[in-house]
Amino acid sequence: MATAHSRTAARLMVSPAVILLFLWMIVPLGMTVYFSFLRYNLLTPGTSFAGLDNYYYFLTNAAFWDALVNTITLVVGVLLITVFGGIGLALLLDQPMWGQGIVRVMVIAPFFVMPTVSALVWKNMFMNPVNGMFAHIAKALGFAPYDFLAHAPLLSIIVIVAWAWLPFSTLILLTALQSLDREQQEAAEMDGASTLSRFWYLTVPHLTRSITVVILIQTIFLLSVFAEILVTTNGGPGTASTNIPYLVYAQSLLSFDVGGGSAGGIVAVILANIVAFFLMRMIGKNLDA
Amino acid sequence: MGKITLTSVRKSFGEVDVIPSLDLSIEDGEFVVFVGPSGCGKSTLLRLIAGLEDTTSGSISIDGQDATDLPPARRGLAMVFQSYALYPHMSVKKNIMFPLKMAGMDVAEAEAKVANAAKILNLTNYLDRKPGQLSGGQRQRVAIGRAIVREPKAFLFDEPLSNLDAALRVNMRQEISELHQTLKTTMIYVTHDQVEAMTMADKIVVLNAGRIEQVGSPLELYRSPANTFVAGFIGSPKMNLITGAEAAKHSATTIGIRPEHLDIVADGPWQGVVGLSEHLGSDTFLKVAVAGMEPITVRAGGELNLHHGDRISLAPQAGKLHRFGADGKTLA
Amino acid sequence: MARKITQTRKTTVTVIAWIIGFLIFFPILWTILMSFKSEGDAIKAPLAMLTSHWTLESYGEVQERSNYLRFFMNSVVISLGSTILALVIAIPAAWSMAFVPGRRTKDLLMWMLSTKMMPAVGVLVPMYLMFRDFGLLDTRTGLVVVLTLINLPIVVWMLYTYFKEIPGEILEAARMDGANLRSEILYVLTPMAVPGIASTMLLNIILAWNEAFWTLQLTTSDAAPLTQFIASYSSPEGLFYAKLSAASTMAIAPILILGWFSQKQLVRGLTFGAVK
Ligand SMILES: Nc1ncnc2c1ncn2[C@@H]1O[C@H](COP(=O)(O)OP(=O)(O)OP(=O)(O)O)[C@@H](O)[C@H]1O
Ligand SMILES: [Mg+2]
Repeated sequence: MATAHSRTAARLMVSPAVILLFLWMIVPLGMTVYFSFLRYNLLTPGTSFAGLDNYYYFLTNAAFWDALVNTITLVVGVLLITVFGGIGLALLLDQPMWGQGIVRVMVIAPFFVMPTVSALVWKNMFMNPVNGMFAHIAKALGFAPYDFLAHAPLLSIIVIVAWAWLPFSTLILLTALQSLDREQQEAAEMDGASTLSRFWYLTVPHLTRSITVVILIQTIFLLSVFAEILVTTNGGPGTASTNIPYLVYAQSLLSFDVGGGSAGGIVAVILANIVAFFLMRMIGKNLDA
Repeated sequence: MGKITLTSVRKSFGEVDVIPSLDLSIEDGEFVVFVGPSGCGKSTLLRLIAGLEDTTSGSISIDGQDATDLPPARRGLAMVFQSYALYPHMSVKKNIMFPLKMAGMDVAEAEAKVANAAKILNLTNYLDRKPGQLSGGQRQRVAIGRAIVREPKAFLFDEPLSNLDAALRVNMRQEISELHQTLKTTMIYVTHDQVEAMTMADKIVVLNAGRIEQVGSPLELYRSPANTFVAGFIGSPKMNLITGAEAAKHSATTIGIRPEHLDIVADGPWQGVVGLSEHLGSDTFLKVAVAGMEPITVRAGGELNLHHGDRISLAPQAGKLHRFGADGKTLA
Repeated sequence: MARKITQTRKTTVTVIAWIIGFLIFFPILWTILMSFKSEGDAIKAPLAMLTSHWTLESYGEVQERSNYLRFFMNSVVISLGSTILALVIAIPAAWSMAFVPGRRTKDLLMWMLSTKMMPAVGVLVPMYLMFRDFGLLDTRTGLVVVLTLINLPIVVWMLYTYFKEIPGEILEAARMDGANLRSEILYVLTPMAVPGIASTMLLNIILAWNEAFWTLQLTTSDAAPLTQFIASYSSPEGLFYAKLSAASTMAIAPILILGWFSQKQLVRGLTFGAVK
C-alpha cells in the first residue's frame, strides 16, 4: 500500500519523533561523555582533563560492584514476583466470582500510587520498627519487632516496588487470558487433555507474548528505580540498597563530583544498553511474528 | 469521460515482477472485467490505476492526461473495496458525504446528492445508522453510494461481491449492471467469478501471471479463445483439453472441446465409460473416461438416465473444435 | 458444552480473591483511614487507632504547611501538557510505522524503546546544566518537554500496536475519496483509534503524574508537582503519620479516582499488541 507519495509523507511524519528522541539521546549523552573525561567538581572552581581517571575510580570503587549486584537483584526480584504473582492473580481473577469489579479495582490501585508516596507509606506506616503495622503485629504475637529497612533494606525495597508493579502485570496477563480461544480450550477438553496439560500446552504459550511485554516494560522502569530508594534508605545502610542510578546520583549531586558522576552515568548507559540489546532481541523475536 | 490508457506499465515488488509489462486501453463508458487466477495481479493492476501503488515504469493516462504520478485523490476515480472499507465511526450519511466534504462541497448541495444516492440505492431508511448495524448487502450499497456521489470518471471494483452469500450476489450483480446502464460511467471490475465476468462485462481482460492473455467481449472469448489458458479459464464447466494422438489427428498439439459441444450418439468417434455423473436438474455433467485421452466432461440433458460404468460414445459438434499449437496459441 | 460452576467453588474463589485484593489494597486504605486521625491516635496500635475519633485536622495542617492547590495544578498542567504534546508527535509517527512499514520499521521502534532504557541519571548533570542555562529550571515548560520525551517511545509503541489493527483499506478508501494526508489522519484514523488513543493518554497521564525523578531534580517550588509536595515529608520530623497520610491521600487521590473511573479504557490499551 505504499506509493512514493505516502513513503515521503511517512518519512516526514516520523521524523519529528525520531529527531527529538535522537537529540534527547545524543545531546545530553554527548555532554555526559565530555564531562566524564574532566576533573570537574562543583565545589572546586575550574576543570581539567582527567583522561580515564573518572572511569577508573568509578569502576574500582567497591560501591560500584555492590550497586551492580543490587540493581540486578532488584530487577530480577521484582520481575519474579510480578510475573509469577501476576499469572496467579490473573488466573484467579479470570474465575467466576462475586464482586469481580470491586476486586479488580482493589488490585489495580497500587499502579496509580506515585513511587514517593508508596515508599513513604511502606517505610513509616508498615515497616517502621516502632509504630509500623508490622511492628504492632509482631508485638501482639509476642515477637520482637524487626527493622526491615535496616536489616533487609534491599528486600524491603523489592517488596515495595513489586507491590507497585504487580497490578500492571496482572492486568496485562488478565487481558491475555480473557482473549484465550474458548473453543480451542473446549476442543482440547474433548481430546481428553487434563486441566493441567491444557494450562501448560495452551494457556502458557498464549501468555508468553504478554509475559515478554511485561518483562520489557517493567525492566525499562525497574532499571531506573530511584525515588523509592531516595525516600526509604538513601541507599544504605552502607551500600546495601544502592543501585546504579542512586550511586550516580550520590556521586554527582551529593558529592558534587560532576566528572565522576558522568563517568558513572556512562557506565550505567552502557550497562542498560547491554540489557536492552538482549531484551530487544528476545522481544523482537516474540512480537509481531 | 473516463478513458483510461495503460502504456508499458510494469510493477515489481522488490525482486518480484508482478506485472512484467502491460498495455491496455479502456474506452469511456465501458464495463471492463479483469479475471484471472488468484495472485495473477488483478488487484495490483486495479490499485495501479487507482494510484494506491506506484508503477515501476510505464505510464497511465486518464482522459488523455498523464496520471502516472498523480495521488489517488486527484485522479477522479472511485473505488469499492472487497471489505467495503466503510468508516466505522461515521453514520451511513456521513460515509456517503465524506468525499463531498473532502471536495469542499457546500453542505446543502452535498446533502441533496446524498439523498439522491440513497434513493437510488434504497438506503434512505438507514442514513443515520452506523455501518456496524447494517447487513453485508447494505454495507456494499453504502460503499457504492460513497463512490457514486463523487461522479467519478470511472469506478473501480475489487471483488466487491465476494463477501456476500450466493443469492445476494446475484441481486447485487444485477444492481451494479443497472447502475452502469444508468450512469454510463466507465467501470473496472475485478472478480474471479466466471458468471460475474460473463454477465456483466462489455470487455473481459484475462490475466495470467501479470500478463494479458486476451482481451475481448465475453462471447469472443467464449467462441474464439486465443490460447489454452483462456480456453480453460472462460466457460463453466471448463473446456476439455485433449493432447496426444487424438490432437495429432487434427494436426494440433492440443485440441479443445467445450462440454456443451459434445453429443452423446449411438456411434461417435470417442468411446468411453461414465465415471461420475452430477445431476443438477436442468443439466447433467458426466465425467467420461475415454481410452488414450484425458477425462472428458460432457454436458447433457437434465433427465438423462446414465450411471457409473455405462458405456457411451461421444461426438464433437461440427465446427466447435478448437486447435492449439505447441505454444498454446490457437491455430488459424 | 454446558459448564456447571458449583456454588462452593465460586464461593471459595470469591473469598480468596477478596482476601488477596484487600491485602493488596490495604496500604492505600490504611493511609486514607489514618489521614482522618489526630497525630496522637495515628501511632496507636491498629485496633486502638481504628476506634479513636475521626478528624480533618491533618488536612488543615498539611494545607497550612504548603498550598496543595499549587502543586496539584502543576501536576495537572505537566501531565496533561506532556501527554498532549507526546500524542501530537506520536500519532503521525505511529501512522507512518503502521501503514507505510519499511524494512527498518521494527528496528526503529525498538530503537525508540531503547532510548527509554537510557538511565536518567546518566544525563542528569548535563540536563541540569542545560536547564539552568536556558532558564528552564523549575518551570512547567521544562518539565513538559522532558516528560514528553521520556514517555514518547511508549506512546508511539502503544499507538502503533493500535493502528496496526485498523485495516489499511479504510485509509486507502479515504485517499480515493479525495482526502489528503491531514484529513486522512484527522477525520478517519484518529476517530477510529479513539479507544486506543484514550488508553494511551490515560497511561501516559498516570506515568507523568507519578514520574519522580525529573520532577524531583528539576523543580524546587514554582513548578513543583505533587511528587515534590510529598517528598518534603520524607525527612522525619517527629511523629507525623497523620499528616503524612493526609498529604499522601491528597497526592494520589486525583489519579486514583481518574484511574478507577477509566479502568476499562486503560486496561484495553495495556496489551501493547501482546494480545492478538
Ligand atoms: N505489497 C506487496 N508486496 C509484495 N508482493 C505483493 C504485494 N502485493 C501483492 N503482491 C504479490 O503480487 C501478486 C499479485 O497480487 P494481487 O493481489 O494483485 O493478486 P490478485 O490477482 O488480486 O489475487 P486474488 O484473486 O487472490 O485477490 C501476488 O503474488 C502477491 O503475492
Ligand atoms: Mg485481489
